[in-house]
Amino acid sequence: MKTNGGKALMKSLEAQGVEIVFGLPGGAILPAYDPLLDSSIRHVLVRHEQGAGHMAEGYAHATGLPGVAIVTSGPAATNMVTPLADAMLDSVPLVCITGQVASGAIGSDAFQECDTTGITMAVTKHNFLVADASEIPQVIHDAFHIATTGRPGPVLVDIPKDLVDANNPVSHFDDYEPSEHDLPGYSPIQEPDPASVLEAAELIFQSTRPVIYSGGGILKARAAEQLRELAELLDIHVVTTLMNRGGFPDDHPLALGMPGMHGNYTAVTAIQESDLLITLGARFDDRVTGKVDEFAPNAKVIHADIDPAEFNKVRSANVSIQGDVGQTITELIKALKQLSETKDHPDRSAWKSQISGWKERFPLVYDEWQQGEGLKPQYVIEQLRDNTPDDTIVASGVGQHQMWASQFWKFNHPYTWINSGGLGTMGFAVPAAIGAKAGKPDRMVWAIDGDGCFQMTNQELVTARLENFPVKIAVLNNGYLGMVRQWQELFYDERYSEVHLQPDLPDYKKLAEAMGCVGIRVESPEEVKPAIDQANEINDRPVVIDFRTEASENVYPMVPAGKSNSDVIVHPSQGND
Amino acid sequence: MAEQFHTLVVRVENKPGVLARVSGLFARRGFNIQSLAVAPTDNELFSRLTIVVDAESAPMEQIVKQLDKLINVVRIQELSPSDSVSRELILATVNLTEGSEDNIMREIESFDANVLSVGDKKIMVSLSGPPDVINEFETVLEKYGIVEVQRTGIVALATIAQ
Repeated sequence: MKTNGGKALMKSLEAQGVEIVFGLPGGAILPAYDPLLDSSIRHVLVRHEQGAGHMAEGYAHATGLPGVAIVTSGPAATNMVTPLADAMLDSVPLVCITGQVASGAIGSDAFQECDTTGITMAVTKHNFLVADASEIPQVIHDAFHIATTGRPGPVLVDIPKDLVDANNPVSHFDDYEPSEHDLPGYSPIQEPDPASVLEAAELIFQSTRPVIYSGGGILKARAAEQLRELAELLDIHVVTTLMNRGGFPDDHPLALGMPGMHGNYTAVTAIQESDLLITLGARFDDRVTGKVDEFAPNAKVIHADIDPAEFNKVRSANVSIQGDVGQTITELIKALKQLSETKDHPDRSAWKSQISGWKERFPLVYDEWQQGEGLKPQYVIEQLRDNTPDDTIVASGVGQHQMWASQFWKFNHPYTWINSGGLGTMGFAVPAAIGAKAGKPDRMVWAIDGDGCFQMTNQELVTARLENFPVKIAVLNNGYLGMVRQWQELFYDERYSEVHLQPDLPDYKKLAEAMGCVGIRVESPEEVKPAIDQANEINDRPVVIDFRTEASENVYPMVPAGKSNSDVIVHPSQGND
Repeated sequence: MAEQFHTLVVRVENKPGVLARVSGLFARRGFNIQSLAVAPTDNELFSRLTIVVDAESAPMEQIVKQLDKLINVVRIQELSPSDSVSRELILATVNLTEGSEDNIMREIESFDANVLSVGDKKIMVSLSGPPDVINEFETVLEKYGIVEVQRTGIVALATIAQ
């Protein structure tokens, strides 16, 4: 049967089970938007291509399914670079279709031409430039395979305009079912090596101060259940990195919360003082390790990861286990149970009481609100946490608000925390929340955003209103690029350089209303809960709450950049040596 | 050749942009390439790269594993100097003066190099051989003044096991 590139593209996406795509049409992709009208796929028309990319990411984070974005050539493709880089660093399965100028015009500096595959080579797991219309079914099939298997990541498919143009004979070909993947250089290993698993189990039996250091790989592998089973079997504490918040329930007695630069004292110190790091789907990011040479100096390392290039990249491992982290944990549990028939675990009571001592002495705290101050951002987050359903999905931007959200929210379910960890993309929250709502329409979705971030991508609230994604946005508006302000206060002698944004401009309430959302302003603590309650009642449109927060508030604890985790600065009220 | 140089033989799919993917990876991860040779293989679907890398710039394990993540990279072999044979080709044009002519011809003969083209004031020679011999030959030619030189970069194969 004859088909053409445009039709085949839609059919291929449908065959992958794609139900929704986020995009914005333009010249080079225009012919592909015509068969879209006849497709079962829902298209969400965004206001900026970066929004489409982050929505696709938010969708993928919330559902575990690959997110799909479709945009045109040139500036649309370059606008997609940030989401691709974001998805690359956070291992988010993403397939991005870009239009390209017609085959014959490639390389001629044609209108809206750019070297999309060249530009995105470094920020994708792989990319394709389609050379012949008949490649489309196979390339789309391969693109989804690459994006979703092994270490997930973004894949871009660049398609010249003529190849999807039904009126152009070069787009015509005989339809076919894509065959098995012809990717001789790609065969990710899923099964862990039994010998390494056994070696890891034996190390655990020797350890008196073990900690489970769990990262985003747990969520990518859908392995939260296995992680919990392992922790409970061993009665060993678990730290959850920024990318694995929700991967282990915060209300569990073994939960230590987030490690790293703004991790809580106990998580940071337990890692630092440990004699064995059971590293599961984590990659020793610099925001976690601090000064690498002084990171967990007495710890042996078990490192389980799907990506072998992470082994010995930052920290050398005593045992490395390549494979799906869920399968690895399952095998590890078996090995541990077997060994326990002949062996006993050493006495770890001293270590456990040391950990509970830290927990008791260094909880997350903040100063009490004083009359005349702006709202305490931590208080706002606690109120949001306590007045929303337990399975609320929280998306955040990047900066102080992100750290407070990660610290003060209690994540008790996987896939409830969506943020930009590796790339640190300001402006992520609004589109990511919309994507999450698209994927999980029955769940409540809140974005916790900063005023700096919000100003980067808030135009997508128009998309949210028109496409009926009633997300709720809490803007923690301190009128500053808060994290930069904090660094200038602490490390640049309070010389504030270009960080003041001004809380009244734009008028966030009016801005929200102009975009068809409900806008609420909250200035005093007693207004916080009623505003949240009001927002929770509104389900026919997005809500933006402009929380006027205290500008001088800093995020604690803090490990200054380049310092050892042993030099963690706690909240001033807890005393620093 | 100094010890920190390692030779990788990389089989890649013969697809557009593959060389850019490999060289881009080396550039963005700060891995240094000492030499790179690329050519098709007997199977038109694949090309073969011989890359000499500077293991001082990054641990070999990282270089190999990052390279292996490229979808178009099919197989990577690390060749150790003791179990492999490397060859390189040099083309050079050297100044010719009345006083130096006899000496140059003697050197060319002693290296068993070929004369490809001769003029009044210049001579073009070629030599293929192990990289250290090529280095030595180039050093000799420098004495006479090199006008132009092009080396191919190293190609290598594993020796046949006995």
